[in-house]
Parts: sequence; C-alpha cells; structure tokens
Amino acid sequence: MSSVPEVLKYSKDHEWVRLDGDKAYVGITDHAQKELGEIVFIELPFVGDTFNKDEDIATVESVKAASAIINPLSGEVMAVNEDLDDSPELVNTDCYKHYLYVLGNFSKSDYDSLMDASAYTEYLESL
Amino acid sequence: MSEPLLIDKSKKGRKAYCFPALDLPRGFEQALPELPSHLLRIKPARLPEVAELDVVRHFTKLSTLSFGVDNGPYPLGSCTMKYNPKLGEQIAQFPAFTTMHPLQDISTSQGCLSIMYNLLEDLSSITGMSWGSLQPCAGAHGEYVGLKMIRAYFLERGEVARNKVLVPISAHGTNPASAVMNGFDVVTVASNKEGLVDIEDLKSKLDGSVAALMLTNPNTLGLFEKDILEISASVHECGGLLYYDGANLNAIMGMATPGDMGFDVLHLNLHKTFSTPHGGGGPGSGPVMVNDTLRPFLPKPDIELTDGGYVYTWDRPLSIGKVSMFWGNFLVLLRAYVYILRMGSEGIKAAAAHAVLNANYLKSKLEKHFDVPYGGVCMHEFVISCENLKKEYGITAQDMAKGLIDEGYHPPTMYFPTLVSEALMFEPTESESIETLDAFADSLISLLERAKKDPAYLKGAPYSTPVGRLDEVRAIKEPDLHY
Amino acid sequence: MVYPYIPHTDEDRKRMLEAIGVGSIEELYASLTEDLLLSDSVPISHGRTEDEVLRMITAIAQRNSTGIPFLGCGCYDHLVPSTVQTLASLPSFVTAYTPYQAEMSQGLLQASYEFQSMICEITGMDVSNASLYDGANSAAEAATIMIGSKRKSKAVLVSGTLHPFTLQVLHTWALGTGNEIRVLEEKNGVTDLKSLHSALTDEVAGLIVQTPNRYGLLEDFSTVAEQLHEKGCLFAISSDILSLAIQKSPAEWGADIAIGDTQALGLPLAFGGPSCGYMAVTKALMRKIPGRIVGATVDGQGRRGYTLTLQAREQHIKREKASSNVCSNQALAALMTTIHLSSLGWSGMVEAAQQSYVKAHYLAYHLAQLPGMTLVWDVPFWCEFPLRFSDSKKMRKFLQELRNEGIFAGVRLSSLTRETKDELVLLVAVTEKRSREELELYLAAARRVMK
Repeated sequence: MSSVPEVLKYSKDHEWVRLDGDKAYVGITDHAQKELGEIVFIELPFVGDTFNKDEDIATVESVKAASAIINPLSGEVMAVNEDLDDSPELVNTDCYKHYLYVLGNFSKSDYDSLMDASAYTEYLESL
Repeated sequence: MSEPLLIDKSKKGRKAYCFPALDLPRGFEQALPELPSHLLRIKPARLPEVAELDVVRHFTKLSTLSFGVDNGPYPLGSCTMKYNPKLGEQIAQFPAFTTMHPLQDISTSQGCLSIMYNLLEDLSSITGMSWGSLQPCAGAHGEYVGLKMIRAYFLERGEVARNKVLVPISAHGTNPASAVMNGFDVVTVASNKEGLVDIEDLKSKLDGSVAALMLTNPNTLGLFEKDILEISASVHECGGLLYYDGANLNAIMGMATPGDMGFDVLHLNLHKTFSTPHGGGGPGSGPVMVNDTLRPFLPKPDIELTDGGYVYTWDRPLSIGKVSMFWGNFLVLLRAYVYILRMGSEGIKAAAAHAVLNANYLKSKLEKHFDVPYGGVCMHEFVISCENLKKEYGITAQDMAKGLIDEGYHPPTMYFPTLVSEALMFEPTESESIETLDAFADSLISLLERAKKDPAYLKGAPYSTPVGRLDEVRAIKEPDLHY
Repeated sequence: MVYPYIPHTDEDRKRMLEAIGVGSIEELYASLTEDLLLSDSVPISHGRTEDEVLRMITAIAQRNSTGIPFLGCGCYDHLVPSTVQTLASLPSFVTAYTPYQAEMSQGLLQASYEFQSMICEITGMDVSNASLYDGANSAAEAATIMIGSKRKSKAVLVSGTLHPFTLQVLHTWALGTGNEIRVLEEKNGVTDLKSLHSALTDEVAGLIVQTPNRYGLLEDFSTVAEQLHEKGCLFAISSDILSLAIQKSPAEWGADIAIGDTQALGLPLAFGGPSCGYMAVTKALMRKIPGRIVGATVDGQGRRGYTLTLQAREQHIKREKASSNVCSNQALAALMTTIHLSSLGWSGMVEAAQQSYVKAHYLAYHLAQLPGMTLVWDVPFWCEFPLRFSDSKKMRKFLQELRNEGIFAGVRLSSLTRETKDELVLLVAVTEKRSREELELYLAAARRVMK
C-alpha cells in the first residue's frame, strides 16, 4: 500500500501539493516513486518561468525510464529543490519531505480542483 | 576473461607505428616560423604508447568479447540482423573506391556517381517511389530528412498551420523524436485489439492541423496494416502526407511497395533490409525516397545522368539543402548495391518470403509455450509476452533474454514495443536454417522449463560471460565515462 | 535459382509450412490485398553470381580515376597504419548490432569507452559520446543543445568561416523549426569577432566556430568564451581533430562543446563516407549531449564492466521528449579512429600534424613565388591554404594540366559555396603522406603552367 498523507492535495498524475502561505510545494507521491523505481536524475524547471496546469514542467529519470512531471496547478516557479541535483534518490527515501519545486502566484481554482487524500486513495484503488 | 585498457599497458618510448622522416631541403623546417604561441596547444593528450603486437592483441581480444551475426543467431526484432555477404566487404576494400576524394573533379569519379545513381534507380523501383537522396547516414537521419521535406512542402504551400505529426503508439522512438526535431507536435494514435492502427481514433484526429502520419508497415508487432489503403486515403483527404518508416521493409520487398500503399516519403535502412553490416551500431545508411509531390524538396545536390555523364545538380530552389557533410556513407551504399545486384528482382522477393516463413515457423514452435498477445499469421517478426511468467514465477523478459546468452544466442529485442508488457520481439530473418530455428526454439523452451522449476537460476544469468548483469544505477549516478 | 544467403531447401519449406499450418508462402501474405501484391517482379535486374558482380563492379570502378590528392575541405589523405583496417575488419566487430546486451558486448563497449577517453583527452573536455554521423551533423546537434540550454532563445550564431557544407547543414537544421542561424561575417579570412558583442542579443543561444576554418586558417578565440558566458551563451568549436595535436584544444579556448570529424585519424577518403563525427562537452552538459554513451560500472560480483548509460536522454526512452533522434552512430568508424590512435600514440599524432604543417608550408611558400597566384591572406594556417589565381582561364589550365600529370591540385572553393566571389580561390591541402617527390612534382608542374 502506498502512503497518502491527509494534509496534502493530489493530482491524477500522482503529484502532491502542499500549501504554505502564498506558496505551493509540489512533489511526487509514494505511488509514483514506487512505479519509477530507483530515481537517478531529476531535471527541474527554471526559476522564474510560469507554467500552466497540465504542462510538462520537470523530468524524473530512472535507469530505463524518463517520466514527465505534469504541473498540477498553474503558477510561477519561485524555487526548486536543489538538494535533488546531487541526490535525486531522496525522493525514493521520503517523497513527501523532498518536494521538487515551489510555485507562487498559483491558481486557487486549480488547487481547489485537486483531490484530497481520501479521493486520491480511492483513485489509486481504481487503477 | 576481461581485458585491461590499452592505456594501462602503456610504456614510454614504445611505438606501434613510425612515420617516414621529413625529407625537405635542409634548413627549411628550421627557417619556418612557429605558429604564434597563443594558438599553440598547452597540455598533451594521454594516449597509449605500445608496440604493434600490443595493439593487435588488444583489439583481437576485444573482438572475442563481442558478438555479431557471424558468431551466431541474432533474432533481434526490428533490427533485421541478416547475414552480411562477404562479397560486399571485399568490394568495399577496392582502392578504386577507398582512395576516392569526395571533391575530386566529377570527370574522375564517374564510377562512384554511377553506383549512386543506379542504386537510387533500384531503390525507387523496389519502393515504388520516384526518386531519393542517399545523404542520410542512418534510419533516424532519414526520418529527420523526410519530415523536413514535409515541413518545407507545407511552408511552400503556405499551410503553416499543419503542425501535427500522428504516430501510432507502437512506433519506433525515433519517429516522435524526429518529428519534434522539425518543430512538429506529436499526437499518438491508438492501436486496436488486433494490434493495428485504430482507424476510428485516427480519423478523429485528422484535420487541417495534421501534416503527416508516420507508419511502419508491417508494424512493430510484425503485423501488416491491412487497411493501409483506407488509412492513406483518409490522411490524403485531410491534406496530410504519409511517411513510411522502412525499418520493416524486409517483410515485403519485392512483394508490394510503399508507393502503392499511398506513402509520399520513406526512409530505408540499408543496414537492415539490404544486408550491410551494422558495425556495432553504425555506420548505417538511411536513404529517403519520395514520390513526385515531394521530389522538388529532396536534399541537394541531386545526381543526374546527362550526355556528358553523371553530374550533381545544385540548382534546386525548393530543396531543403544539404543534410550531411558530403554525399552519404558511400561504402555502405556500395555494399547495398552489391547486395541488390546479387539478389536481383527474384532474389529480394525470395528474401522477404523466407523472412516471413522463418518468423511464422519460429512463432508456431513458441506459441505453444509462450503468450503471443497478437496471434495469427505474422510477417517477418512477432512479439511474445512474459507477463504471465512474471506474475507466476517472477521471471521477466530480461531474465529470459539473459538466459539465452548462455545458450549461445543473441537475445531478441526486449521491452519493445511498449504496447506489450514484458515483451520479447523475435526477427529470425531469412538467413537462418530450419535446424538453427529448431535448436533455438528448443533452447528457449528448455530455458522456460528450467526457470519454472528454479527461477533463481535465470535471475543470475548470464553465467558464461566475462561479467554478469551490470549495476546500471551506479553507471548513471557515478558516471565513469573515460579513462 | 538457389540463393547462398537463404539456406532453405524444398524439403525445409514443406516441413515449415506444415508446421505453420498453411499450404504456401503466399498464404502468409493473405493480409496484403490483391491490389497491393505486385503481379510482376520489381523492375530491377535479375540476380548475378559473385563472379558476375565482381566483374561488373570492377568495370564500373575503372570509371574512377585516382591521382595524388592535394584535396582537403573536410576529407584528408593521411597515413594509416595497417593495423586499422585489419583489426576493424574482425567479424564480431563488423557484424554486431548496437551493444544493448552488455554482457556479451564487452569488447565493443570497451572500445567505445576507449574512444570516448581519447576524444576527451584530445579535446580536453569532460564527456564524449560514442560518435555521431559527421562533423556537419555534430554542428547541428550542438545547435540543438544550445537552444535547449538557454531560456527563450531561438537563434544560434555561427561564423561565416565554417565549412560551407556545415553551414548548409545548419541552415537545413533551422528550416521550418522557428529557430534561426545567424552568420557572423568574416574579415580577412577569419571570423570578425569585433561584431560578436553586439550580436549577442537575448535570443542568441550560442556561437559555433571552426578552426582550422573553411580556408584552412587558424582562428584566434581569445576572450570569446568570456563574452559568451557572460550572456548565458554556449561556445562550440569545430576542429579537424588531428589539428588539435598542435593548436589549442577547445577546452583551452574555454569552449563548452567540441565537435568535428575524426576522418583524419584512420579513416579512408572513401568518397566522403563513412566519416565519423565527434562531440565532447563540459560536465555541465553531460545530460544534454546526444547519442550513445558508454560508462564503466561493476557487476554483482564487483567485476568491472561497461554498459550503455545515461540512456534516459535518448529517443527510445524519451520519444517526443528527446532532444535528438540519433540512434545509429558511426561505431565502426570510431573503432578505426581508436585503433589508429592506439597505434600512433600522442607522439605519432603530433608527428603527423607537425609534418603536415611543415610540408603544407613548403608547398605554399614556393607556390607563392609564382606569378598569377597568391596566398589570399597573411593568417597562420596548418595543413591547408587558400590560393587566389589572377584569372579563371589560368586556374582552369592549372587544374587541367596538373590532373593530366596525375595530380589533384586542390578544391575550388566555389564548388562548395557556389559563389562567384570564390571562383578564383583554390584550397590546397598537404598531409604528412605527401612525399618530397610528390611535392616537387606539383611544384614543377605549377612552374610550367604559371610561368
């Protein structure tokens, strides 16, 4: 079973979002990191770029796969998690602690349309 | 069993080659001013210093740690690892070809030009197209060039909105990558239950924004797209063009042509269909062939036959331009021409027929033991799935492949097409005999039986090689890419 | 007819069809409708025996004539040790596919690793791939890296002194993609770097230059890297790899990307192909470099081994997200370069480059004395130099008469650029392979024609 913390919101593409004041932290879920296997590289977006909801924003690579991260809510990239440049495997270790990037000026309505933990758990069971 | 790096055998002062002494008039070299010092190299490069025999033993050893078609069966799907005739190798060594400079006066290179011209004529006949270009150096390069021509064609017509290239889910990875390199957006077309293009899905995606559909036929499941005429008519009706990925032409050459199927442009892989060796990954050759619609857009120069002999023609205003340094991988073109001369019209047809016969024979032996998700008659290749083996015994496609190495075979293509989970894709080619196919099938089946009893055994394969399965995560995370 | 490449007997075919459960091979083609199946054979000739093909090709080959080549422009006639062809013809190298199955391909993989190592050593860069098609295509791939590395960029600056064919391939690269190639004009035979600063606008992603350049001249890139990096642009230098034995390496000029051909190291002229493109980059660009890369790692028992690595960059995994579609490379040609360099060592490479330099200058010095031809610019060159003739009639006569004596005197620049301004320029290349006798033959003929 994949872990699905109560306090977060989730997308169908297996990203999680955590609000902290006017910032939204985005990472990948336990389900996603398990599917990917051992992560060897993460290509993060440029700080300052804006992305729409559902746009490809980052790439996560394992040995034999490269998966696009689909941005779950439109906004501007305020920061990226630079720890992941050298240690992408941190996402395997604790995917809810190690976010990928932080959005500002994000769309509140996009956020509201994300799933809560119970909806996401149900969604996972339906897969 | 392993071989050290040659640099580690280096000893200062050893030489494997010597140059003739410089014999210019005395004093010339001394009087010659040196290059300005700010242009001069500072740090010497570290290269091996060894004797000639060291070089010979090193590379001979490395060759024994490699495996080609000459070593054993190589049923690598979608790669057409057929026998590479030795006649081609012999002719490619003729000094009359190897010592030709690409820019010498064309009055002195009529032999080379005649080979290229006649090869283009034969390839046009075999594909049912009007003409082509031999410049692309590989299949993917041909795709890039073909899509560039499609781009140029629509620009010329002012149809700038045609920005999409449709690619079936089963296509080779080069297809979408080539489309994106030319600035197109890629739209994936679904497959139906039979493993063919889902025509309803295709039709729903056809509109004025579509530039082209890229198709491999037979497709990567080894199935012939039987509705190809309907497909091509629909694409043409919406104003789009059809691109044929020639990777699987070996199944149908001499039997049918992409031209008749309605394709406007295609590339060939001479290193697959036309028996030129793969060389451990290249050089290949990927000629592009076009119908009259796209002919004005072919790369330049073209080759024409005039009263005065063969000439290059550069004055072609709609041409997309040059796509490689000179005229293409000439020595590969030469080998392919030799192959076509040897086989002739009946021979290429026989090659296709026996490639299809071999694939169906091997499939008939394996389908009693393995899942073939898209059954029925196949063309030159077929795909099995190890999904149930994985579920029941934990054995993956990779485990089966690694087990085959110990049996003396090159494994089939693994994990492609992605449409089939735990896929193994077999393409025996026409080169293999019934005895070889029987032995291969027996090996694979006994491997399967052993694996069911003792899955751990296969997990540890291969055992006969100088190294076992390598730590690929470490290779990426701690890159060691040079000495 | 029996085909030696197809082993099936009538008996085999019968047994196989029975096992499949069909009556004929035609039945296997049932999914091809009748309007697709050809009623006749394709209109090419009938098959021939080995001997017939040999005779035919030998006859065609006689329509080629070879001479003593003083021809260059990206393809040079250097000395090649006998080890190169012999070892590169070993069948398990020649007939292997890409080494996807690492355990049974250690030899090929190690050879690629040694190739990458040598390219890194010679260029001074951190990461090399296992080869690309040729120098012109390496330049196009460099342009792609540049555009992908700078936000909102859409133009690549290139020097007007790039090989004319490289420049043409780059224009093709840009066609229809929304990206553009902007040419930095030349002055006195080299890139006019004074205009660089003003050309570095926000949409420019980088600069591609070449040395020795299209004329054979050596360029000076002092301060170029600094200017580019200050603007967030990348710097690519294309070089005949043998020239790097003498001139500054791309790393020593501060380049981010080193590109070119390895033809001068072990590959025959072969009418221009196969050549072998190389590309090496800084560590920062490791994940942007296209093509196959081999890396060393260990197996479960800790034994060192080689494998294709960083594959998530490539088309077979990333599909439409890949920045390059390259799949096949020029592996066997790269192997020839590796054997060549293993045989020469650094001292041999320097010797080849140095002798080419001296011999080219010997010929240039004496030709410059003759009336009717001059060295075009007073700029340092290595093994190739541009001569300007005073009139085209004289130039044609010169080329014709030398050809009659079996000397290919040079390449007309206008045959590459198709520009009238280049019509009187002849590019003459001299390698270490040209003997004193051949040089004197050239000079004697030149003196006779130009007197």
